[in-house]
This record gives sequence, C-alpha cells and structure tokens, in this order.
Amino acid sequence: MTWLLLAEAGVPEGGLFDLDATLPLMAVQVVLLTFLLNALFFRPVGKVVEEREGFISTSRADAKQKLAEVEKLEADLAEQLKGARQAAQAVITEAEQEVDRLYREALAQAEAEANRSKEESRRAIETERESARTQLQGQVDQLSSTIINRLLAA
Amino acid sequence: MALLPFPLPFAELEVGHHLYWQIGDLYLHGQVFLSSWILIGILLAFVLVGTRGMKRDPMGLQNLLEFLWNFIRDIARDNIGEKYYRDWLPFIGTLFLFIFVSNWGGALIPWKVIELPDGELGAPTADINTTVAMALLVSLAYFYAGLSRKGLRFFELYVEPTPIMLPFKIIEEFTKPLSLSFRLFGNILADELAVGVLVYLVPLIVPLPVMLLGLFTSAIQALIFATLTAFYIGEGLHEAH
Repeated sequence: MTWLLLAEAGVPEGGLFDLDATLPLMAVQVVLLTFLLNALFFRPVGKVVEEREGFISTSRADAKQKLAEVEKLEADLAEQLKGARQAAQAVITEAEQEVDRLYREALAQAEAEANRSKEESRRAIETERESARTQLQGQVDQLSSTIINRLLAA
Repeated sequence: MALLPFPLPFAELEVGHHLYWQIGDLYLHGQVFLSSWILIGILLAFVLVGTRGMKRDPMGLQNLLEFLWNFIRDIARDNIGEKYYRDWLPFIGTLFLFIFVSNWGGALIPWKVIELPDGELGAPTADINTTVAMALLVSLAYFYAGLSRKGLRFFELYVEPTPIMLPFKIIEEFTKPLSLSFRLFGNILADELAVGVLVYLVPLIVPLPVMLLGLFTSAIQALIFATLTAFYIGEGLHEAH
C-alpha cells in the first residue's frame, strides 16, 4: 500500500486542525458532485415527480368536471322523470273521467229505454183496458136491452 | 496494551494522522479523498441504478429516490420559498446526500480492513478541511444568491430591523461558516472517537448503543447542515418589506 504514500520527505506534522490544499480541492469536488447529481438525480427525478403531480392534478380536475356533469345529468333525468310521472297521472285521470262519463251515459240511456218501454206497455195496457171496457159496456147494454125486451114482452 | 491478553487489530486510536499526498508545494489529506471517492462512487452507483427506466408508477429503488427527492425539496422549499427553491435544490440536496453518505459510510464501512501507510480511512466529514470547504461554499452560495437577486441592496439585510444590528450581522457572517463546519466536524469526529475508545476498552456489544446513537446523530447532522444551508440562502433571497 506504499504507493498511496505520495508525499516526499518533510511531511507536515498533521494534527486535527490541519488545514491545507485538501480544503479547496474538496470544495471543487463538492461543486462537481453538485453538477453531477443535478444531471443524474435531481433533474430526472424531479421531472418524473412533477409530471406525476401534474398528471394527478389534471386527473383530479377532470374527475371533478365529470362528476359535475354527471350530477347535472342526474338532475335533468330526475326532472324528466317527474314530468313523465305527471303526464302519466294526467292520462290516468282523464281515462278515469272518460270511463265515468261513458258509464253515466250508458246508464242514462238504459234508464230512458226502460222508461220508454214501461210507458209503452202502460199505454198498451190502458188501450186494451179501454177497449175491453167498451166491449164489456156494449155487451152490458145489449144484455140489458135484451132483458128489458124480454120483460116488456112478458 | 500489555494488560490485554490478546491483540486488538481493529482498535487503535489515531487522531490527527494524515496520509499526505504532495502536489508541488501543496499537501493533501489522501485518506479523505480516498474515502470520499469510494462513498461518492457508491452514491452515484445507487443514483444511476435507481434512475434507470423511471416510470410514472414508481417501482423499487425509484420509490426511495423519489422519497429522498421529496424530502430534500421540502427542506429547500420550506426555507427558500416556492419561487427560487428550484435553483438551489441541487446544491442543498448534494450537501445533504454527501454529508449523509459520508457520515453513515464512515460509521458502517469497516475501513480498518484497508491499511494505509499513515492515517486511517474514515468519514470524510471527520476531517476539518471537508467541513470548512462545504461551509465556505454555503457562505459563497448565499452571498451569490443575495447579490445576484438584489444587487447591493442585499446588504440592507445588515441594518434590519435596526442599524444597531450591523456589528452583530457582520460577526454572524464569520460565525455562520465557523459553526456550520465545527458542528459537523465535531459531531462526527466525537462519534468516531467515542466508538473507537469503547471498542478499544470493550470490543463486544458495549459499543453498539453508541454506534447506533452515532448513526442517529450522523443523519441529524446531515439534516441540520442542509436545513441551515437552505435557511441561509432563503435569508439571502428574502425580499425586504
């Protein structure tokens, strides 16, 4: 390992606080390391991290926008549904009223028919009764005249 | 040592010994660079493997790297603000990762297996040169941040809220790097020494709690350094009301 001993004779004594050319050379080394690490580490990793952060924030914004859209559509749909329900209700009511009307009409017609036929038959009975009475009256008259004739003749 | 019945190959305390490299008239602490290169290599390998084929749905290592990135971004953004943190995120993140990897690597990798002619491998942050270098970079960073954004009006910071603050603010410019560097250096060195002494005395089990505590403080130190850096830069960029 003696090849590492690059110093000739007359080496300094050393010591804990021995400041020498190590200082500026180490400073240069640190500066070089800064540029090296910037190229190899900070810039590429920073790019990846910041790209991801951008991606996440745009995705979030996108998702938020989509959510708002969905909510709007949902509200629209609910509105439409409400309209449809109201329309259906209206149709049902109308149909019910129609049925009611038809029923009443039919009922009235049937009642009128019944009344008419009742009247007719009443009238028929009346005429029959009348004719039967006149016929009977005639027979009574005839009979009475016959009785009178027989009595008078006797 | 004569009292111990067996030799302890991994338990020797060396403080202030360095493996000197010479370039011209300048001397370098070779062990600091060797361990930092190994640790930076590990860090870069980890990052390279983790960032390969990244997807929007993270898998495996990508998760960990993204967690790290988020963690560092939070530090930077909380202290600097939404507008400018991007410019400073790599610097703060690099400091955090380098310090963290150095601290933990220094504690977890069995460096003693590799024998050096002089000095010993360890956490690069246990050397004062490393921490001072980073602390001075932090000072430069926030001066640059403030001056490039506000020009000379940056120095209005010194007389806010009242001009009485001027001397304290000027002193602060010196204490900031001093405290940054010594806090990190002291914590890591103290941890290494405490573990070293305990291993020297009782090689089994007893040092474990201290080692765990060391790992905890190491992580905290990395966080503190990064947070303070972000705070200082944020202060420099701060718009006066």
